[in-house]
Amino acid sequence: MTKYMVRRVIMAIVTLAVVACTTFFLMNAIPGNPWLSEKTPTQATIDALNAKYGLDQPLIVQLGKYLGNLIQGDFGTSIKMQKNRPVLQIILEMFPVSAKVGILAIVWAVLAGVPLGCLAAYKRGTWIDSFLRIVCTIGISMPGFVVATLLLHTLCGGIAGVKLFPALFDGTPASYVLPCIALGFYPMCYLSRQTRTAMLDSINQEYIKTARAKGLKNGVIIFKHALRNALIPVITYLGPQVAFTLCGGLVVETVFSIPGLGRYFIQSIQNRDYPLIMGTTIFLAAFIIVMNLLVDVCYKIVDPRINLTRGN
Amino acid sequence: MKLKKLTALALTAAMGVSVLAGCGSNSGSSSQGSAAPAESSTTQSEGSAAASDTGEAASSAASEAGAVTWDGKNITVNVASEPQTIDPALNSAVDGAMMTLHLFEGLMKWKDTGTEVDGTDGTSNSAQITYGQAESYDKKTNDDGTVTYTFKLRDDIKWSDGQPVTAGDFEYAWKRLVTPETAADYNYMLDCVVNANEIMAGEKDPSELAAKALDDKTFEVTITTDLPYFEELCAFPAMLPVRQDTIEANGDQWTFDPATYITNGSYKMQAWNHNSEIIMEKNDQYYDYANLGPDTITWKLMDDANAMLSGFNSGELNFIENVPQAEIANKIASGDLKIVDYIGTYYVCYQTQKAPFDNPLVRQAFTLAVDRTYIVNQVTQSGQVEANGFVPAGVYDAAGASGDDFRTVGGGYYAETDADYAANCEKAKELLAEAGYPGGEGFPVVEYLYNTDDNHKAVAEALQFMWEDVLGVTVTLNNQEWNTFLQTRKDGDYSIARNGWIADYNDPMSFLDMWLTGGGNNDAQYASEDYDKLIQQAKSATDTSERMKYMHEAEDLIMGQDWVLNPLYFYTQKYMLSDGIKGMYYCPLGYFFFGYVHP
Repeated sequence: MTKYMVRRVIMAIVTLAVVACTTFFLMNAIPGNPWLSEKTPTQATIDALNAKYGLDQPLIVQLGKYLGNLIQGDFGTSIKMQKNRPVLQIILEMFPVSAKVGILAIVWAVLAGVPLGCLAAYKRGTWIDSFLRIVCTIGISMPGFVVATLLLHTLCGGIAGVKLFPALFDGTPASYVLPCIALGFYPMCYLSRQTRTAMLDSINQEYIKTARAKGLKNGVIIFKHALRNALIPVITYLGPQVAFTLCGGLVVETVFSIPGLGRYFIQSIQNRDYPLIMGTTIFLAAFIIVMNLLVDVCYKIVDPRINLTRGN
Repeated sequence: MKLKKLTALALTAAMGVSVLAGCGSNSGSSSQGSAAPAESSTTQSEGSAAASDTGEAASSAASEAGAVTWDGKNITVNVASEPQTIDPALNSAVDGAMMTLHLFEGLMKWKDTGTEVDGTDGTSNSAQITYGQAESYDKKTNDDGTVTYTFKLRDDIKWSDGQPVTAGDFEYAWKRLVTPETAADYNYMLDCVVNANEIMAGEKDPSELAAKALDDKTFEVTITTDLPYFEELCAFPAMLPVRQDTIEANGDQWTFDPATYITNGSYKMQAWNHNSEIIMEKNDQYYDYANLGPDTITWKLMDDANAMLSGFNSGELNFIENVPQAEIANKIASGDLKIVDYIGTYYVCYQTQKAPFDNPLVRQAFTLAVDRTYIVNQVTQSGQVEANGFVPAGVYDAAGASGDDFRTVGGGYYAETDADYAANCEKAKELLAEAGYPGGEGFPVVEYLYNTDDNHKAVAEALQFMWEDVLGVTVTLNNQEWNTFLQTRKDGDYSIARNGWIADYNDPMSFLDMWLTGGGNNDAQYASEDYDKLIQQAKSATDTSERMKYMHEAEDLIMGQDWVLNPLYFYTQKYMLSDGIKGMYYCPLGYFFFGYVHP
């Protein structure tokens, strides 16, 4: 196991290096530069800006310097969106906000999605199953901004007399409710569908029939024996999804004015804020790598037959 | 069977909702480009002010603004999202400018005239230039034609930490602005000061800038030739004084901490919660502290127009500048949304070095074939004014604020309203035939380039239809992501492109010197020796009316003779303000002032 972990960590570092290099060359390949605007500064100013932020150097030198600094924990400073603010400081300040909303969203998505999936599978073919199917189809096909905007307009004072939640995020418990609903709705529906499919699969397996023949209680059969097997695809999906959700959803954060990290993933690219693009990408990549490692460990817990160290 | 039908029905409904919501809205709720004036991408606001509507279908659910009474103590406003910077020298955006003008005070400042701006229903007054940190100045013309301004500073001016404001602070700030290492976007605003151009080019040391503190209370500036808008420049955000000690001690980070962000204006920073809010409180060191309005001004930093409107409706915001496009017409009709002038022009520029638009006849034909009334009334719908020239209405002519503006004096280059549209179209057809393309025959397929945004798209589609319908030509549309678009347009890699320009200062020069041959913003690639000469003559003219005369001639050349630009409309600024708030004032460069608002 230790050997396995060491190998995974080395792999992770290599992956991150590849991600960093690929991102670096890709972002430099897109047309435009950070200093463009409807009013372009003078060439002398652009030269000075390039010199100040080291963009006047050859790309390979820039990359080398960046990686060198990265190893020492220096992510550089934002050059456009929050001019001169250290990227790491931005990430460390914004991530906890996104993560709080994200954790709550994921928690409710799992707590609601998995049992509903089990229910749908158990009550297969009944009206409950059909009803859940409709809800989930809507949840999966409806774009996030529609859910978010609808909630914002209906429950935050848009309808006269109905103001259950604040329209602007202020950190109070009430202001977490709508963003979490909006952010968790899609994963909830997706999880529910996944669970239903996996459950149907495992319910029909021989060992469940054996359990039934032994006269075990229904609850025990469903939640202990069948669900455990059915959880594998759910965990696979949850791993990267947790990373994405915790890093913030751009749409939900924009609509509810949440000071989170989500906006930086898109806006840093639009602004050609190179250090911020690198910082957010590497951060997300590292997070996903960690989550995938956790997923593998969870496989082992859920299904002891899985052998992590040898290809199986 | 029944179930399947039900499911299918539900699916259809769900998809219908998504499709509906999809139209007319941009899923990226952060498209840059759509900025202060929501239909435009204007320089000043591009990066930070980004409001686009997400899901207009949903927004119709919003009801009218409820009457929320204002407490008079704290005003909460929204103008944009997180500012890129609030360092006065580095800022180049309107939102940053508004904030810094509340936090700092220059030699001159904008003050309330006490006169209501037309059509604002008593919610906003106009602004005028008055003495700020200076109490008076002397002006003297030197033998070599340069002009020396000697400012006398007030006695009772202090920084927020209690130290006196000195002329040395201004000297430091102005030199910092033009020092190449500062890399300030707006350093060219000081190019009128003797030696500034040489310093910016790295040929002279910043210490040679002709802006000196003679003693603690006397600041002397020498400019190359007198400018009617020099007073206004002294109130410009980039020229605000800053404190040398805090900048040197804290470097680039000085703006991020209220303890090191020392200011000399009417308000000071209390807290900056990134991406959420900037809270300003009254500066107790300010000389006019006793008369200031609200205890705090909270600048909410937001991206989404729907959220802004919801926040306003629920009373959490007292002032907003953006509402979803779909709501504008309703809100204007109900009187909740006010429209004020904004000195800027939305226009189309032609790539003048590339066929077929290297021919002025073709350019004129395309310019005349546009129904501007249709565009402002049916497409943009925010009270914009049809443009009949490049320099917009509201820009001063020789008579300044009291006389006719530059546009009125210069007149229009064509009849801009739909009353004369048919005649314009006839003329356009003749011109195109004269250029060798009768009825559009033989005219190559040309492409109209704009940045990805629904509002720009709507204008593009209207233009495409008009050109095809009137001229018989084929126009294709192409949109690019904001930054890519800027690069393409700058490289001249287009035929026709959307463009927009907002004034930096109230003078026609802010619109005309950008078309000098080889200029950084000369996207039309216009090159005319005559034009360059006229601009240089205007810049060196000592007499105001003579100066204006040259600038009118320059505009006659670029518009009336060469038809390089196709102005569509003059910008307007829209806003909503909670009931019961008085004393806000507005300067048509886009700045609202909240420091003296009262119930």
